[in-house]
Parts: sequence; structure tokens; C-alpha cells
Amino acid sequence: MLHVIKSVTVNRPRQEVYEFWRDLEHLPTFMIHLEAVTTSGDRRSHWVVKAPGGLVEWDAEMIDDRAGEIISWQSLEGSDVPNGGSVQFTDAPADRGTEVHVDLHYDPPVGSAGATVAKLFGEEPGQQLRDDLRRFKQVMETGEVVRSDGSLEGAGQGMSKQRVAQPPDVEVRR
Amino acid sequence: MKATCWMGKQNVEVREVPEPQILNQSDAIVRITSTAICGSDLHLYNGFVQPMMKGDVLGHEFMGEVVEVGRRVHKLKVGDRVVVPFTIACGNCWQCRHDNWSLCENSNPNGALAEKALGHAGSGAFGYSHLTGGFAGGQAEFVRVPFADVGPLKIENELSDEQVLFLSDILPTGYMGAEMCDIRPGDTVAVWGCGPVGLFAIMSAYLLGAERVIAIDRFEYRLAMARKCRAETVNYETVDSVSETLIEMTGGRGPDACIEAVGLEAHGHGLEYLYDRSKQAVGLETDRPIALREAITACRNGGTISVIGVYGGLVDKFPLGTIMNRSLTIRSGQCHVHRYMRPLLERIQNGEIDPTMVITHRMPLSDAAKGYEIFLNKTDNCEKVVLHA
Repeated sequence: MLHVIKSVTVNRPRQEVYEFWRDLEHLPTFMIHLEAVTTSGDRRSHWVVKAPGGLVEWDAEMIDDRAGEIISWQSLEGSDVPNGGSVQFTDAPADRGTEVHVDLHYDPPVGSAGATVAKLFGEEPGQQLRDDLRRFKQVMETGEVVRSDGSLEGAGQGMSKQRVAQPPDVEVRR
Repeated sequence: MKATCWMGKQNVEVREVPEPQILNQSDAIVRITSTAICGSDLHLYNGFVQPMMKGDVLGHEFMGEVVEVGRRVHKLKVGDRVVVPFTIACGNCWQCRHDNWSLCENSNPNGALAEKALGHAGSGAFGYSHLTGGFAGGQAEFVRVPFADVGPLKIENELSDEQVLFLSDILPTGYMGAEMCDIRPGDTVAVWGCGPVGLFAIMSAYLLGAERVIAIDRFEYRLAMARKCRAETVNYETVDSVSETLIEMTGGRGPDACIEAVGLEAHGHGLEYLYDRSKQAVGLETDRPIALREAITACRNGGTISVIGVYGGLVDKFPLGTIMNRSLTIRSGQCHVHRYMRPLLERIQNGEIDPTMVITHRMPLSDAAKGYEIFLNKTDNCEKVVLHA
């Protein structure tokens, strides 16, 4: 079982930050490895992750949901990647906005799905979550994931995936 | 389009690269009319600021005309004439809301790289390595400007490009250097480095009420420019000790405030200079803090050292004991350009500052490589190179 904890402070009111996250279909806008999250109205959701070896999917259930405070979830039996965790929202001091604390655990599976997931999360799952939260903050505070020539897809491109700081030579989907 | 590309250590080339496009809906595309080579570009040129990639477009001092805007841009329109701050800032994060624009929390997509190097990330910046985001710079025919409603300053009067271009960096940087000194009546301010930023720091120190300004450099032509700005001057190659000279010039007190406008490639003489030069050459120290050490030693008890020269990493023999025992204050920062653009534009309009006095060379963009070379080597009394597109 791998365990990752990361946090970020977002300069928006707590309720607004919670509500954006609570609509799980928003998550792929800032979690760049997520292909889609679909919700079915009850507390269930279906997650699809794109990875170098193909797609990884699972179903999850929200096990706690208190408005403006916490969302926690647990994947259901038979998931490619058994996982669970929580996102807590608390007021930052004075005028600093909202602290978002993410606590995530997952079981790297064996077999081909395991290799795929290992590639996906790399050696530093904490860094991936940190970059997800960096993009989340950008979306909440500026309305978009911020792109540069070096990091066309936004934060999390590292030096190994960095492009040259020149305008791209193809039209970028936006 | 043509763009000035970093091709390796002391190697820049003007090359054909793709034209920029809107990547975020708050972007504008600007057609560059004037751009300049900054002293801090020389740190990139010499390979001291990293990580760089072969082909990176340089340039963070530029202005021009808006030719395209994204859907979420409301204040700028096609045809507007703008000066663009070198730091990129979102305008909405806690730091931007507190007027600390070079600490924007959202504008550097490569924040992870910066956090590893510096502990926390600063803002994004144009054409200044992948540590500040990997944004293509403006020594080019066109540039993409993120957060177009936040940074660019519209110029709606008859001022020439050369009068307003330096609002993008060096004029606010020099001004902030003087402002951080909290100048009081009677104060003597010493300024290390008579490059363009140093000259603007001298002018700003007087505007902010300094009694005397003393400027330190080794090039006579630069010291002459400092004297034109009413500074007294010290050529450090002609004195045994800069600190002792300054202390004697101020009745034994030392300057009330010291501005370090030199940075990580400082020159000096004697054993100390050789020590730093050798440690830097083999990578045991990333920055040569010779001017900074002098500023700390010379400063009067309880005074302020304002550091606007660029540093990238670690320095050796940092005199912390002097700072602690003599109640010195060190202030520093990449310039919060957005904070100063409007007030400084007013001072230019009022005739209080003439930024054009620093310009010694004008050339077409296609000659950028030559511009870097003469600026680096101080050929032909080079102080500031402006490139016209």
C-alpha cells in the first residue's frame, strides 16, 4: 500500500473550492493523467486513466461527504488499482483562502496493469500529486491550467519531458 | 518569424522559429517593435543560469503592438501599444493581491523544478530558463504574453519606444533597489555596478531623497555616466579597499544603504576574486558574491543592503557575523515590476527620469548576436543595446 499526503492553499472561499472538487467530472481538467470521471448521481463514480500501456479503470464510492469540509472515497471490489483517500478543506488563516489537504493510498497491482500504473505514477507519486494540486490552484484562481512553451500541457512536465522554449510548430488543441 | 535563440554557452543565433499562438485564453500575441538585451541575459549567455535548452528564445525586455487576444482578454484589444513586464503574474493569487508580483503562485508551470532548486517557486518570466517556466522570450518578431489583462501597460501617448521600453525591467528594478533602502534625509547611498540598472538605482535614490550617491565600477565610461546622474564615483581598480574608501568618504560612518546591482558574475581583484573565480569554475560555488561582501562590510551599523543583482544558487564566505553583530538588514527580490510601471511612467512623462540616457547602441534584431558580444565585452563603451524589429 502506497500512501501520499500533499496540500495546497487556494485563494478562494472554502465552499467554492469544495464545490468544484465535489463535481468529480471536473477532476480531469487538472489531473492530467485522468481521461474521464463519470458520476451516476448516487455516490458512485467510474474512473478512466490513460497510461503508456493502455487504459486503467475502476469504480469508486464516496464514503464521506460533508459540504465545505471533506470528501472521501474508496474504490470498489475488482478495481484495477484498489485505492482510497480523502480531500479535506479548511480555512487558511486571515485572508489566505482555503487549505486543501489530500490523503491518498493505493495498491500497486501485479501483472500488466501493475506495470502500467508504475509507469503512470513514476518513482515519485508525491510529486505527481503536488503538480496536480498546482494545476488545481491555477484552475481555481485563474480559470485555466497555465501553459508555457516548455510545458505545453501545464505543470508536471519535468526536465525530461520539457520542450524547447520556442513557440510550438503545430496548432495546440485548446 | 525571427527569434534570438540560445544555442549554447556564449552562442546565440537569430533563427527562424514558428510564430506564437494563443495557448491560454487570457493570452495576447504581441508584435515586437523594440526589445533590449539585459545584463541578466549575459548570465544566460555565459551559462550561469540553468536549465536552458538549445533553441530557447531569449529576451525579457520588450514592447510592441497587440495583434491577437484570447477569449478571456477584456482590457486589451488588437492595435494597442504595450510595454510588457518581464515577470509573468496572474493577478489573482495571494502574492499578486499583496503587490508581490514576482512571487506569483500560478505563472510558473515549472514550479516543481524551482522548488527543488530554491525551496519555493517564484513567478514565471519571459526567456529566462526553464526554472522560471520555459516561456519563449521577446528578442523576436512576436511573443505570446500570458495574463494579458494583468501585466502589459498600455501606452496611449506620444512617448517613443525608447522612452518607455525600460519600464519592462531595468527602470523598475533600479527603482525598487533604491526603494528597499528606505532612504531618509541626509542618507548616503552606495551603488555597486554602473550598468543600466545601477544608473537607474542612482537616479531613483536621488528621487527618493538621498543626500549623496556614490557609485562603484571599474569602467571609466560607466563611471562617467554615473557622474552624469550626479553620483560621486569610485573606480575599484584604483583603490586598495572599496570598503575603506567608502568609510573615509562618509566621515567614518559608512554608507547608510548599499545597493548591489552586480550579481553572480562580479569582478574584483586580489586573492578573494581568484578564490571565488576558481571555486565557481569547478562548481564548488555557483555565484561570485564579491560586490555583495563589499556592500555588507562597508555599510554603516544598522544600515540596509539592497540586493538587486541576480543570484542563482550558493555563495561562499558569506559574512553573516557582520550582519548579525552590526544589525544590518538585507532586502532583495526579483522586481515586482507591475507595482512600479504606472508611477514610473508618470515620472517619465513629467521629465523626472530620462531612461534613454542609458542607450549606447541601436541595431536591428538580426544583429542580436553581435549585440550580445559587444555588451559582454564592453566593446565600444557599450552600456545598453536596443534591438529594433
